[in-house]
Amino acid sequence: MIPAQFEYHKATSIQDAIAQLGAHEESKLLAGGHSLLPMMKLRFAEPPHLIDINGIEELRGIRLDGDTICIGAMTTENELIQSEILQQHCPLLVEAARLVADPQVRNRGTIGGDVVHGDPGNDHPAVMLALDATLVLHGPDGERQTPANGFFLGTYWNDLQEHEILVELRVPVIKKGVGHGYHKLKRKTGDYAVAASPVVVELDGDVCRDIRIALTNVAPMAIRAEAAEAILRGKAIDEALIDQAAREVVAACEPAEDLRGDALYKSNMAAEMARRSIRAALQQARG
Amino acid sequence: MTKQHVAFKLNGKQVDVLVEPRELLVHTIRESLSLTGTHIGCESSHCGACTVDLDGKSVKSCTVLAVQANGSELKTVEGLADAEGLHAVQQAFIEEHGLQCGFCTPGMLIRAYRFLQENPNPTEEEIRWGMSGNLCRCTGYQNIVKAVQSAAQTLQKA
Ligand SMILES: Cc1cc2nc3c(=O)[nH]c(=O)nc-3n(C[C@H](O)[C@H](O)[C@H](O)COP(=O)(O)OP(=O)(O)OC[C@H]3O[C@@H](n4cnc5c(N)ncnc54)[C@H](O)[C@@H]3O)c2cc1C
Ligand code: FES
Ligand code: FES
Repeated sequence: MIPAQFEYHKATSIQDAIAQLGAHEESKLLAGGHSLLPMMKLRFAEPPHLIDINGIEELRGIRLDGDTICIGAMTTENELIQSEILQQHCPLLVEAARLVADPQVRNRGTIGGDVVHGDPGNDHPAVMLALDATLVLHGPDGERQTPANGFFLGTYWNDLQEHEILVELRVPVIKKGVGHGYHKLKRKTGDYAVAASPVVVELDGDVCRDIRIALTNVAPMAIRAEAAEAILRGKAIDEALIDQAAREVVAACEPAEDLRGDALYKSNMAAEMARRSIRAALQQARG
Repeated sequence: MTKQHVAFKLNGKQVDVLVEPRELLVHTIRESLSLTGTHIGCESSHCGACTVDLDGKSVKSCTVLAVQANGSELKTVEGLADAEGLHAVQQAFIEEHGLQCGFCTPGMLIRAYRFLQENPNPTEEEIRWGMSGNLCRCTGYQNIVKAVQSAAQTLQKA
């Protein structure tokens, strides 16, 4: 399996990448290449130009800026796992990255590529929704920031504009009273999720001030289970309420049926992942 | 499409090849550089038979373009043994019977070589996690895990 012919270009800076996207029609950015190259080998994608952004240092790395963690789009999954900043201030991202693919893929695959690629099986979009992340995008007209919530529009469809590049992801530092939970069901190591659910809960004493329940691979794109969240918000969460919320998770799912299961199975597995993640998040939030 | 010059260090030797941009690194290694130890199994980034060591990291060479290896340091299974003989991971795979048909073995060896530098004293669970990008259809993994454990002990004594 060999991709169709293309011209290869190396971008030296963010500005250069944007200029090259403009200069070469139908060009595509090459990040870790672990979604794009497989699609090109299958000839599902045949971009005439590839612009390699691996050499752009300013797109890499994780830094703490007050209460915000800024993650360069070209940070690899393994760099997420090894990051002390994330281990301490955002364990959800570390847990999620540990369950993406396998060690070799995690050495190449980047968080930015995972967020914008658009496969409903990608894990980071839902994680970004649960964390209420902000995306920093650069384009021909300069920089814009947009919330993850609203960015994901469908399969291989999001709010990335023409000639734009995702530069950074910003997520809040976990604070006292906040808890993260993550559960992912997969058939085997290295597989995409049958269903996964990242959850972030914020407690005020016993009461849930806010909760975000996101879902992976059970809809055309990553989604929030808003009706389920509404059941729990403002309440002291107990098992009966979690059961009620889980029923709303099932209702929110519209999974594609495939070898990983039929719609009923996947929806119920999503609910079970959400249930476990809610419990884990509560436990962490209670300290 | 114009071919491009790509230069890198392969098992310690500087090499220079002419490649099409679309050429995958595994094909360059096997066909232009005639090192056929690196295998092609699935061709779809799943099996790990094509694993090589690129700038100190395990990668699947069927999912990296040869042009991306320009300026890098590459190690394949052929680079493991030296004048003194087999590398400890190779010796351990023989002693612990870590292979049957041998198809997955080059990938297993070069991955184990890197994994034991990342984690010199791993638990069984850590070995299974660290080697999870390499599939084997024969052994059931038991003896592969034992071989990696045994190599870890040898390397720690050295
Ligand atoms: C065996 C295997 C198992 C996998 N399992 C999982 C899994 O369990 N969970 C999961 O989430 N993923 C999984 N993946 C996918 C993997 O994580 C990919 O690395 C990821 O989806 C894409 O990231 P990338 O850096 O490789 O991007 P690429 O493949 O290089 O790019 C993907 C797309 O995003 C665009 N793009 C990339 N970066 C930017 C940017 N900064 N700005 C704008 N556009 C950009 C590219 O142009 C391209 O269209 C798996 C892949 C393999 C091969
Ligand atoms: S041949 Fe590269 S992963 Fe299988
Ligand atoms: S020994 Fe046959 S595939 Fe592993």
